[in-house]
Amino acid sequence: MLEFIQQLVNGLSLGAIYALIALGYTMVYGIIKLINFAHGDIMMVGGFVGFFSLTVFKTNIVVAMIAAMLTCAILGILIEKVAYRPLRNSTRIAALITAIGVSFFLEYVTIFLLGPSQRVFPDTAFPIKAYNIAGLSILNKDVFVVVSAVVLMLILQYIIKWTKTGKAMRAVSLDQEAAVLMGISVDKTISITFAIGSALAAAAGVMYGVYYSTVNPLMGIIPGLKAFVAAVLGGIGIIPGAMVGGFVMGLLETMVSGYGNSLYRDAVAFGVLILILLIKPTGLFGRDTGEKV
Amino acid sequence: MQIKSKFIRFCIDVLVLTALFILVQYFITTGLLDQYYQINLASMCINIILAVSLNLINGFTGQLSLGHAGFMAVGAYASVVMTQMLGQPFIVGLIVACLAAALGGFIIGVPTLRLRGDYLAIATLALGEIIRVTLQNIDYVNGPAGILGITKMTTWPWLFGATVFTVLVVVNLINSSYGRAIISVREDEVASELMGINTTKYKVMAFVIGAMLAGLAGAMYAHFFYIIKPDTFNFMKSFDILVMVVLGGLGSTTGAIIAALFITALTAVLQSFPAIRMILYALILIIVMIYRPQGLMGNKELSRQIFGRIWGGRK
Amino acid sequence: MSLIMEINNLDKSFGGLSAVLNFNFCLEQNELIGLIGPNGAGKTTVFNLITGVYKPDQGSIVFNGQNIVGLAPHTICARGIARTFQNIRLFNDLSVLDNVKIASHKNVPYGFLSAILRTPGFFKGEDIIEKDALKYLKIFKLDDKKDELAKNLPYGEQRRLEIARAMATKPTMLILDEPAAGMNPQETKELMKLIAQIRRDFKLSILLIEHDMSLVMGVCERIYVLDYGQIIAEGRPEEIRSNKQVIEAYLGEELE
Repeated sequence: MLEFIQQLVNGLSLGAIYALIALGYTMVYGIIKLINFAHGDIMMVGGFVGFFSLTVFKTNIVVAMIAAMLTCAILGILIEKVAYRPLRNSTRIAALITAIGVSFFLEYVTIFLLGPSQRVFPDTAFPIKAYNIAGLSILNKDVFVVVSAVVLMLILQYIIKWTKTGKAMRAVSLDQEAAVLMGISVDKTISITFAIGSALAAAAGVMYGVYYSTVNPLMGIIPGLKAFVAAVLGGIGIIPGAMVGGFVMGLLETMVSGYGNSLYRDAVAFGVLILILLIKPTGLFGRDTGEKV
Repeated sequence: MQIKSKFIRFCIDVLVLTALFILVQYFITTGLLDQYYQINLASMCINIILAVSLNLINGFTGQLSLGHAGFMAVGAYASVVMTQMLGQPFIVGLIVACLAAALGGFIIGVPTLRLRGDYLAIATLALGEIIRVTLQNIDYVNGPAGILGITKMTTWPWLFGATVFTVLVVVNLINSSYGRAIISVREDEVASELMGINTTKYKVMAFVIGAMLAGLAGAMYAHFFYIIKPDTFNFMKSFDILVMVVLGGLGSTTGAIIAALFITALTAVLQSFPAIRMILYALILIIVMIYRPQGLMGNKELSRQIFGRIWGGRK
Repeated sequence: MSLIMEINNLDKSFGGLSAVLNFNFCLEQNELIGLIGPNGAGKTTVFNLITGVYKPDQGSIVFNGQNIVGLAPHTICARGIARTFQNIRLFNDLSVLDNVKIASHKNVPYGFLSAILRTPGFFKGEDIIEKDALKYLKIFKLDDKKDELAKNLPYGEQRRLEIARAMATKPTMLILDEPAAGMNPQETKELMKLIAQIRRDFKLSILLIEHDMSLVMGVCERIYVLDYGQIIAEGRPEEIRSNKQVIEAYLGEELE
């Protein structure tokens, strides 16, 4: 039983990371119906910015995270402007293929500039401490990841629920044409959505670096896919769904590697995806909508 | 009159293909084509098979599949188990590879082809990865280490035969009533269904044939490059094939062939600069989608008429 | 005369909102019937229910003595019901000829292997398909445009191509969803003649939705009027014209 709770605790921080990435997927999909394949790679860029901030500029971890978030927010806006905006009226498949292209681009430009090898996060940036509470071993990095993820999610909720920008985002995702008629700038709203989503992914990237103590140019692919599964699990386009989905995926993954075969760890995520798509493609919190004839 | 001209064109096709076959065979026997070129020749043929077969699914049927490498893996492993472990001749390996991959396509296609657009893309990507992870966990085929020292059986006649077979199957299918049914699914699935086309059946049919041909390519690959391991067939491989199809034009077989040749050559030239190769792939995908989403050829085919015009011959 | 279609107590609701309620209807062999009603009355929903695009919540649709509720749309088409679409759904990037050929696929005269192997049967079969398709194009005066892409046709011709395509499935019952929408009076008049002609030549039973009252009153033998998903009147054109409920549905209630 104790071991089970321990696994739960371990899964929580991984789940928080997935949830943060999944939020970006879901926000972008909600607003322009695009699976932003490059989202995991934005997280990777965030991880690297955090890494360089820690090693080259010797900042502390909070500053590193903010730097990563700002950089990636700009990167997100740029990607949307250059690659996705020209395709806003073309087929969803064309947009998806472009997103795959952007994903390659980020990965291999990073490899080209920094080399393919992984880099170790400096220990000094985040000295690992373990606390022992009621027989459970809890690491300070887990606490850091979960707390900062929850803080970011609360801020996001505030933005979406209470600010004008948030209202604009919800309006555009419901009905773009009506939003335009209400005087909302669709372009600006989409840019902001990309900025927020990318910033969350960047934060997740730094956390991922702290969590696994390394970063590498291809590190975004697998967590990106898993976060996507999390977003679909919760119902893509639905923000609380992405959070729940992220935590479920994190817990599921630690359970599988804790009790089962760790080689199947990645396959489980894909298995979950297939199951949802076949049983309820709209996800746990989604509603069915049919095609009009 | 019409039948006669059809027959003459058919004879010309056969003559051109035979000449091409003999010429290359001559170069190989005399050693004019050394090892390096032979490897590229094999890659070209295998990539043509992969691109033309994926184009049947993505281009003609309009169902974006990102799991083509998975079917290639099924074919590669099935054929190797036949030839290396059960001591069967190559032809048996090829047939079993096709059947196994077709079966895989059927099992995966029936449930997933209900999904639309981007959901289908992600589902096939996931299933391709599941195939890979499953192979990693089968001890009989050596798990993640893969199978080494496969006897080289893929020779030029086999490569040539498999490539021609693939192109013939796809072209003949597409230019028949069955092919029109398949294309109508891409054009408007609802209208197609209401015009009496069993759209599910034709989606699955295209998917199964595409998977079968990918399996054939996998078998060719395994018996040429001596070694197969699950990681060879990860989703990056599927994306490689996608780049060819997108570049050539979704729905153009000749486009797929030209793009497969071009991409293989590009890969060979940039062998020592893998990062640059991938950056180029990325730019190809983005630029083609933004400026020419229909690909180089669109859904048109390079035909005799065009050649005729280029060479100033009769129409 | 015998019944070709009989619909009993058909219900369909979307998210609690009733689109079609207690719909009853019958169509005799070789009859031409109009279904009219204000916008949003549920006319197209009825078409979608008959052709299997939607499954009804309740009720039966009996076609040639068999209940077709729950069958897949392509099976219903194979039984002999063909339709056109309100918002034209042609295969845009294909030629006019191919559009019609696709509709004849359910009767494809050669096998799959025959197609792959290019047997003589394949060439003979393709000839039959082509001749058949040209026959329908000729009726709708589209034969000289057979190689054009469907999307490049003018609007009126696209509407005609939709009917030609539906005819190529060799139906016994044809369902036309606003066939004259967007046509000028001259085109509408020609279309009326065409509809009468195919009905006679192919012994068709036809059900049509139309807003153009001159067309409906001119060609239909009986008319059903739908409002808020329910039939409010049924009868011959002259009866409908003077029906008080119908006038109210269209013009709103009279003021005191």
